[in-house]
Amino acid sequence: MSMAGYETIIGLEVHCELKTATKLFCGCRNQFGDEPNTNVCPVCVGLPGSLPVLNEKAVEFAIRIGLALECEVKWSNFHRKNYFYPDMPKDFQISQYDLPLNEHGRIELPDGSVVGITRAHMEEDTGKSTHLGGSGRIHGADASLIDYNRSGVPLVEIVSEPDMRSGVQARAYVAELRAILVAVGATDGRMEEGSMRVDANVSVRKPGDPFGKRCEIKNLNSLRSLQRAIEYEALRQVDCIEAGERIVQETRHWDEAAGRTGSMRSKEEANDYRYFPEPDLVPLAPSVEWIAEIRRGLPALPKARRQALVQLLGSDDQATLDLVATVVDRDLDALVVEATAAGAPAQLALTRAANELNAEGVLPSAASFAATCQLEASGALSATQAKTVLAALIEEPDADPKDLAAKLGFEQLSDDTLSTAVAEVIQANDDEWTRFAGGDDKLAQFFIGKVMAATKGKANGKAVISLLNERRAAAAS
Amino acid sequence: MTTAHELAAQVRSGQISASEALEHSFAAIDARDHELHAFLYLDHDGARKAAKAVDAVVAAGGDPGPLAGVPIGIKDNLAMRGVPTTCGSKILDGWKPPYTATVVERLVAAGAVPVGKTNLDEFAMGSSTENSAFGPSRNPHDVTKVPGGSSGGSAVAVAAGFVPVALGSDTGGSIRQPAAFCGLVGYKPSYGHVSRYGLVAFSSSLDQVGPFTTTVADAALVTQVIGGHDPADSTSMPDAYEDLVAACGRGVKGLKVGLCRDLLDGADAEIVERVRLAASVLEAAGAEIVDLAIPELRLGLSAYYLIAPAEASSNLARYDGVRFGLRVEREDVAAMNVATRTAGFGPEVKRRIMLGTYALSAGYYDAYYGQAQKTRRLITNALDAAYTKVDVLLGATTPTTAFGFGDKVADPMSMYLSDLFTIPTNLAGHGAMSVPFGNSAAGMPIGVQILSPGRRDDRLFQVGAVLEAGVAK
Amino acid sequence: MSDPSPLTKQEVVHVAGLARLELSEDEVETFTAQLGSVLSHAADISSLDLEGLVPMAHPFDLENILRSDVPTASLDRDELLAAAPSVEAGRFKVGRILGEAP
Repeated sequence: MSMAGYETIIGLEVHCELKTATKLFCGCRNQFGDEPNTNVCPVCVGLPGSLPVLNEKAVEFAIRIGLALECEVKWSNFHRKNYFYPDMPKDFQISQYDLPLNEHGRIELPDGSVVGITRAHMEEDTGKSTHLGGSGRIHGADASLIDYNRSGVPLVEIVSEPDMRSGVQARAYVAELRAILVAVGATDGRMEEGSMRVDANVSVRKPGDPFGKRCEIKNLNSLRSLQRAIEYEALRQVDCIEAGERIVQETRHWDEAAGRTGSMRSKEEANDYRYFPEPDLVPLAPSVEWIAEIRRGLPALPKARRQALVQLLGSDDQATLDLVATVVDRDLDALVVEATAAGAPAQLALTRAANELNAEGVLPSAASFAATCQLEASGALSATQAKTVLAALIEEPDADPKDLAAKLGFEQLSDDTLSTAVAEVIQANDDEWTRFAGGDDKLAQFFIGKVMAATKGKANGKAVISLLNERRAAAAS
Repeated sequence: MTTAHELAAQVRSGQISASEALEHSFAAIDARDHELHAFLYLDHDGARKAAKAVDAVVAAGGDPGPLAGVPIGIKDNLAMRGVPTTCGSKILDGWKPPYTATVVERLVAAGAVPVGKTNLDEFAMGSSTENSAFGPSRNPHDVTKVPGGSSGGSAVAVAAGFVPVALGSDTGGSIRQPAAFCGLVGYKPSYGHVSRYGLVAFSSSLDQVGPFTTTVADAALVTQVIGGHDPADSTSMPDAYEDLVAACGRGVKGLKVGLCRDLLDGADAEIVERVRLAASVLEAAGAEIVDLAIPELRLGLSAYYLIAPAEASSNLARYDGVRFGLRVEREDVAAMNVATRTAGFGPEVKRRIMLGTYALSAGYYDAYYGQAQKTRRLITNALDAAYTKVDVLLGATTPTTAFGFGDKVADPMSMYLSDLFTIPTNLAGHGAMSVPFGNSAAGMPIGVQILSPGRRDDRLFQVGAVLEAGVAK
Repeated sequence: MSDPSPLTKQEVVHVAGLARLELSEDEVETFTAQLGSVLSHAADISSLDLEGLVPMAHPFDLENILRSDVPTASLDRDELLAAAPSVEAGRFKVGRILGEAP
């Protein structure tokens, strides 16, 4: 299987659950994990006579999303999408159709590529089915049980243009989108809990040809699945074409365990959703003032935060950009900025934050973080020691890094001790020394390792290198 | 019989207790409802409890409200917690809603006593109650005739003297037509004036709840109780109405009344004659009568019979056997849906679901539903233009008096045509009222219809009260 | 706008499928005739030139009817489930579902 001569065309539909206190059209709690059918009322179970009333906070979140995605926020209305399905209590879904709230946006990814946003519209979620028998899958089950707690939870569906060309790029898009949605406070972005759900439209073509027939892949509940599924599906389509078969436009299901997509077609009726304007709701026409107020309240978005960091670092090589992306993605950029202001070298603070800290857990204060970076920069701590101190700081956030270093036994070796250790290692490894002295720099790591072992990790790597270099220079003269 | 105004006054002054008034209602129902079939369900326990609560307030020197102790019939498409709500359909047989419609809550809060649920055409689709899955109601003026529909049970309950007031719902004439057939005042408020929360939807953009009463003043009183903004209904108008009870005493001096040809042509001669007589009564009372034509109103029927079924086809999708009501069990869910709906819905409901599904389906939307919505605008614009020249319109409520059972069952189109004069106001969202104005030679009641611009329903009560006084002379 | 084509039996069967209704042969026959007659009556509006008129979805031009994001009481689960045809473990029970949601 090979993609040679083909390119992949990817468009994504991302459903994002909004973090409101109540549902989209009723006052039931929007809460994951409660006892089944306890957060339900006549509206969200679709009892006869019930009527929807739109949640203002959900609209605000949807507008925040639209603005963050650089969309036009517009006069919009709600439509009914009619189809029968047991987890959909009214047997129609209230959604937005030809007049969505947000249209024509874009996302710039960390690598500089741009993905167009077709629309970001509001709609309601469905209930949840549990399948009995058939090993819990819908296929082969004998019966299903339905819980409507999720029915009516507010969603924003973000539809991208078919602008992505690889699984890696699609993954970067979803990661960036998630970071934006989380940054604006609209969602918790937990893919594994289903608060962000991704469907991928994938097709392949020879560059320059018109778009090929596309398949929609469902059930992509992690970034990893997304990338794998797209890569698998593109290869499958190329194989089909190469084998002289035609691609059938269809919905496919990603099987994570088997690592493959499979057709979902099963007695599917031709879809005819009979959209028409929802007569129980009135149009949604956010005022210019309201939109401006929401815009003023938007926090700095990931892209701006990355730019701020890059500016602080004064460097934009790829390695730095990767670290910057990681730090912003983990919400650690504020810490790096503060630590730098407190005297830490920016590049070191960035690297240590990206590699040693985790925003999910406890973070050291900016002052302690800065102090640890400074100890390392001054040579008072080796890199390994500094990392150990950071780990200890997470356990004891109030401790002074210097005290921690002392407690961990990270006293600086005296120059004599280090010098002696280096001399002994050189003596014991004659061949390697000859090659190093002859200019084979790769062996520096070898000597550092040996010295570390001899000093039980207390040696400062940088100091070892400068001693080695001094001796090499002496030997050469 | 005693009006709601009178009865509430008697209850509030202690002349009669709410419980006594209720027992009078039950006795009247027991005596004759086996013949008329106004009620599908009598809530003996709930009503007696409500009446006792009213009596307790009176005994304690309090005021139970403007409808103190007034027994009321509730059309069986309005939800009442714990009380069977069938919509006249087998598909909801036995369903007890876990909540109560806003209008019923407001009635009870005003001291009224809901006695039970009244018969209707299935899901309010029909003009005779012949589409009720539980058998038709009969016109008390002639039991061989239909009472009209869809709110036929409510009309019968008031016309037979069972209760002074009943609630109906009007989507294309379902209050005004049976009111005309049964000799009652029937009022459809402007869209958005009365909450639809708890009214089982037929056509959401057309449905409106309103009263059947024996007097115009009673209709005003009841509407003041059930009307006004409801935050649970997004289409409920936020602003308040003028005092409708006061409007009843305002007279019609200086009012311009448009006698509308397109609300008369095609009606029986004796009905046309009564409408002209009504116009002369208004003229004598100081109104100015203007003859006018609004030919666009004729297009209402086609627009209505596309829009209402389209909305209904979607509103009635939820009767799928999953959460409530009937289920006809099958292996898989889709087959169960089909079996349940096929067994649970009657022919008229199926017909309209089919029509609406078709009108919305791919390839036909623009030609049918889209075109119907534009026609709806055309008709509304035409009415608005007419109201720059006149203050209200006057016409017939129905082309004929009450017809016989079975007369129009075989040909749905002929049944639909009986809504010709009532439909335009629903499309425009305006208010309209049918006021009884004498009888035909055969002794069947005749109604005249008053139409007002949207949200100017006070004029209906102005005119209605004068007509009521005029016909009594 | 030209008159829409008359309704066929095939269309009636298709529409019944969309609406989850099953029709007998006789019913298909009757409904085709009856619905056809309503649609023929609707020819009076399908032939109108209504260019420029804004389709009317609501009687009044209300906009932005919103409620605040404050929780209200949910239903009592037992009362809700009491009305259900079939229930298990606090959930609504249905038979086999063929096919995922579209």
